Amino acid sequence: MHKKDMGLAVLIIVVGAIVYLRNPLFLSPINLGNTANLIGLFGLFAIGQGFVIMTGGIDLSVGSMIALLGVIFVDLVGRLGVPWPLAMAITVLVGTLMGLAHGLLITKLKMQPFVVTLCGLLIYRGVARGYTGEATAGFPFGASYPELEWLTIGRSFGIPHSFYAMIIIGVICWFVLHRSVYGRHLQAVGKNEDAARYSGVRTGLVITSAYVICAVLTSIAAVYFAMFTRSVQPSSHGNFYELYAIAAAVLGGFSLRGGEGSIIGVILGAVLLQQLQNLVNLLGIPSSLNFAVMGGVILVGVLADQQFSRYRQQRRAARALDALDKEAATPG
Amino acid sequence: MKSPDAMPHPHPLLVLENISKVYPGVVALSNVTLSVRAGEVLALIGENGAGKSTLMKILGGVIAPSSGRIIIDNVAHDQLSVTQSQAAGIAFVHQELNVFDNLDVAANMFLGREIRAGFFQLLDLKAMREAARPLLARVGATFLPETPVADLSLAERQLLEIAKALSIDARVVIMDEPTSSLTLSETRTLMKVIADLKAQGIAVIYISHRLGEVEDCADRVFGLRDGHVAGELERDEINHDAMIRLMIGRDLKSLYMPPSRPAGDVILSLRGVRIEANPAARVDLELRSGEILGVAGLVGAGRTELAEAIFGIAPVLEGDVVLAGNSFRPGSPRDAIAAGLYLVPEDRKRTGLVLESSICENISLADLASVSRRGLVSRGLVEARAETQRRRLDIRAADVLRNAAELSGGNQQKVVLGKWLSMRPRLLIFDEPTRGIDVGAKWEIYKLMRALAEAGVGVMMISSDMEEVIGVSDRIVVLREGQVTGSLPRAQFSEHNVLRLAVGAN
Repeated sequence: MHKKDMGLAVLIIVVGAIVYLRNPLFLSPINLGNTANLIGLFGLFAIGQGFVIMTGGIDLSVGSMIALLGVIFVDLVGRLGVPWPLAMAITVLVGTLMGLAHGLLITKLKMQPFVVTLCGLLIYRGVARGYTGEATAGFPFGASYPELEWLTIGRSFGIPHSFYAMIIIGVICWFVLHRSVYGRHLQAVGKNEDAARYSGVRTGLVITSAYVICAVLTSIAAVYFAMFTRSVQPSSHGNFYELYAIAAAVLGGFSLRGGEGSIIGVILGAVLLQQLQNLVNLLGIPSSLNFAVMGGVILVGVLADQQFSRYRQQRRAARALDALDKEAATPG
Repeated sequence: MKSPDAMPHPHPLLVLENISKVYPGVVALSNVTLSVRAGEVLALIGENGAGKSTLMKILGGVIAPSSGRIIIDNVAHDQLSVTQSQAAGIAFVHQELNVFDNLDVAANMFLGREIRAGFFQLLDLKAMREAARPLLARVGATFLPETPVADLSLAERQLLEIAKALSIDARVVIMDEPTSSLTLSETRTLMKVIADLKAQGIAVIYISHRLGEVEDCADRVFGLRDGHVAGELERDEINHDAMIRLMIGRDLKSLYMPPSRPAGDVILSLRGVRIEANPAARVDLELRSGEILGVAGLVGAGRTELAEAIFGIAPVLEGDVVLAGNSFRPGSPRDAIAAGLYLVPEDRKRTGLVLESSICENISLADLASVSRRGLVSRGLVEARAETQRRRLDIRAADVLRNAAELSGGNQQKVVLGKWLSMRPRLLIFDEPTRGIDVGAKWEIYKLMRALAEAGVGVMMISSDMEEVIGVSDRIVVLREGQVTGSLPRAQFSEHNVLRLAVGAN
């Protein structure tokens, strides 16, 4: 665990302790279960966003993708009666194609990630609304899908399965990012794309696959969200979710310039965000101030982190100067 | 000097044969043939833009030649890929260090060639660290393989790059300006590493502007000029003058021009001037029309700070400054500019230019009033003014609407000069005017300085380049710790005299 992650973990514990002291309901099984569910849902696609941000890119289309894919999934299962495993496969496949399109537009046609995914944000939202004719996509009255419901909104040992899903995917992604050759190349590309290419790294492939990973995780999250809300209102479902993902990554130590960040960090970032939401509810702060609290904490957190690394850099520079003086002092 | 193809050798390691590279509108390389032998240090010299980097990028597999062949071990290739180039044992130590400071030393060394292990083929961190250890020892590095690169100094990063070159079993190591960020003792270490490589039969292609280093370490010198082969020098032919001739096609002596008449009236005089940077020192100094006054001293002697005080950037605490007979106490650069006193600053990219603006915007920036009509800046006047300076100074750019950032160092400096020359200077202070500029542009700047002095403009030149100070100046003032330690007339010019005053030794 990096020092940065440790700092974030400590912050989460401190905030948790304060909230608990003010309102003991914070640690009640119901509250913890609900919060864990939300952490799982948001954590899933925040991890995906982490891969994209690692390349120095950004994916703004996440929220709209969750809406469009949610509409598709609910429509396939609820209206067309497609078996849910097949519907899930189709949903993930469509998501994968979207990610592939983003990646190829960015690497082959050299478009800026911000522009490509901003257009994605607009297009997918528009298609979702057009697809249902602004109507809410939902399951037929009384319909039940026991296995699907167990998988997505079920619980084991009191912990929601969405949280397990995030943990399993988080562990896999940790190995991919921190222990695989691909992950190392991803970090190198994010830091210095040209230099990575000169080292024989297939930079286009690496960047494209980051967008695909992001889209795949987002499609999985989309199924979980659809099952969680049971119906998808295409004009509001998933609104601003890309910002939650970006915020989680930034809180977790990712640099928007690329090359920096860890899986543990982004998961802790997602935890802190949900904890803040929860704090607003439990401490009786008007829920309209929800975003203001989140924005304030992110601002202060990132500022503190920056000041801290500046301090570390100064110390390093001082040490280097010392060494230089010593060298100058030794004759010859 | 011999022509390159007249040099047969039994075992050239690799041959670049008749290589040309054409970009739209530009011929970067034309019919260049170069062979590299095992265990030699081949220096590649040439001015900026001569084609050195293009040639090396072709060898590194980063760009493809338009025509010609690359022959490695008697196998001819039309072009190389990065992987092919690495497999052939060609390693690149880049000029702008290409290390990844978000990874550790071992990760950098094995990037693109990671060692894997286990069913999932994950990274074998331990094996890579073990493999890195002996390579780091070979280049005399003292840091550990698991050190984050962010913690390394520039010199250590350079060593890392060289160790990385060794890790791919390099047979040819290309070093592009390897000493540009190194201290003297670090440079000495590098020279030892080069000697070691040579002893192991590894060829080194050494690209540097520092001809002294080339003289010390090269077995052979290959010169490029404007994309053409300028010629080759063998070990016993390598000397400073011959290399200059190779690079610029004429003698060094003609770089410097003596004044045509003795110095005239005093333009600027400082009496007992005390500045913030060196409050203990008092400066007395005189600058006459028609002379180029060189200001020498070690780095940190307070030369730039003095120039900045005269230009109004930092306050003059005490003493008299007299400019053309009038007492002068600038409170800001604006005052200095109004008085006709201009500074060509040391850091061209940061304080000399607005890099992201066009040439013409840069040239008019300090004097927008004279290119405006009724308070509105006239595009036509701005461009006309820049066009005049472009012709006068031979600024090489397609047009004056180009961003200053696109220009070479020499042409950027000409834009800075164009800004001041379009405003009738009375006194120009040049701070390190030719740093990072190739020989051809240097010569043009010297010529211009002489012309300005002849026209009665005061010219003051701060420089750390000893050769330049002695060659260009008519009189040299030496500073040490903010204090003037001596003034040398031309008859007493010598490196020894200048250094003696700069260091304060006898």
